[in-house]
Amino acid sequence: MPKPEILDPQGKAVHGALPRLGFSGVTDVRQGKRFELTVEGEVTDAVLAEVDKMAETLLSNPVIENYTVRVEALADEVSA
Amino acid sequence: MRVGVVTFPGSLDDVDAQRAVVLGGNEAVPLWHGDHDLRGVDAVVLPGGFSYGDYLRCGAISRFSPVMAEVVAAAGKGMPVLGICNGFQILCESHLLPGALIRNDHRKFVCRDQRLRIDNNRTPWTSSYDEGAEVTIVLKNGEGGFVADADTLDRLEGEGRVVARYLDANPNGSVRDIAGISNDRGNVVGLMPHPEHAVESLTGSGTDGLGFFTGLAERTFA
Repeated sequence: MPKPEILDPQGKAVHGALPRLGFSGVTDVRQGKRFELTVEGEVTDAVLAEVDKMAETLLSNPVIENYTVRVEALADEVSA
Repeated sequence: MRVGVVTFPGSLDDVDAQRAVVLGGNEAVPLWHGDHDLRGVDAVVLPGGFSYGDYLRCGAISRFSPVMAEVVAAAGKGMPVLGICNGFQILCESHLLPGALIRNDHRKFVCRDQRLRIDNNRTPWTSSYDEGAEVTIVLKNGEGGFVADADTLDRLEGEGRVVARYLDANPNGSVRDIAGISNDRGNVVGLMPHPEHAVESLTGSGTDGLGFFTGLAERTFA
């Protein structure tokens, strides 16, 4: 996500479009990015640390963006 | 001087930059993003465009191209490097310059003849200009808003590292009207406007941009 102090022109555009479509009550919109990484095997602490490094090195620009890393099971694993 | 101009997949202004380098009295050496050496050049220009389609973030993927490892190493030894527009974005993503470039505050692509003031003529790229010189140079960008935290901005200002500033109207929401900055050593300069498009009177607004490419040669002969 863009850091709170960084202007987010895209979020502002979305925020402006909502009332035009009849949606009210939204006081702010911030637009970010979501990456879904599929990894081999178990998500161990070591794998998670590696993904965190990927997020910091390539996926985000820490100068203007914050990021969080979250583990989710694949949909087919959940249903199995 | 032999000046390398890097072509990334999606570079747009590499040929114009080569032409400007030659008009400035230098030899232009085409470099490719996949190169593992800089072919003995004395300086490097990272041109404008949409390298790697601007995917992820502008300049984010180019930063990891083989040639950039060489550029970062050479810049660390003092080689002059000029990043124009997308090149400026690549320099910020590479951490050769502080801050970042974000989408224009008005959300539209801007293309105009932009008035600028040269605030720092102590870099190899701006030494042909008088300090405080007012020039008109083409500007064209969608993500040209320069941002950095307040401490970084104060340091840039305090150390005289703001190279150029927008005059009249701020075209993209850049903080403190910043159009270009340098690293602490002064050899690496990032600039959002396009001096390579302002080197011949036949095209564009005039020849005010030529100085960015003549300073290097003057330095060699000095």
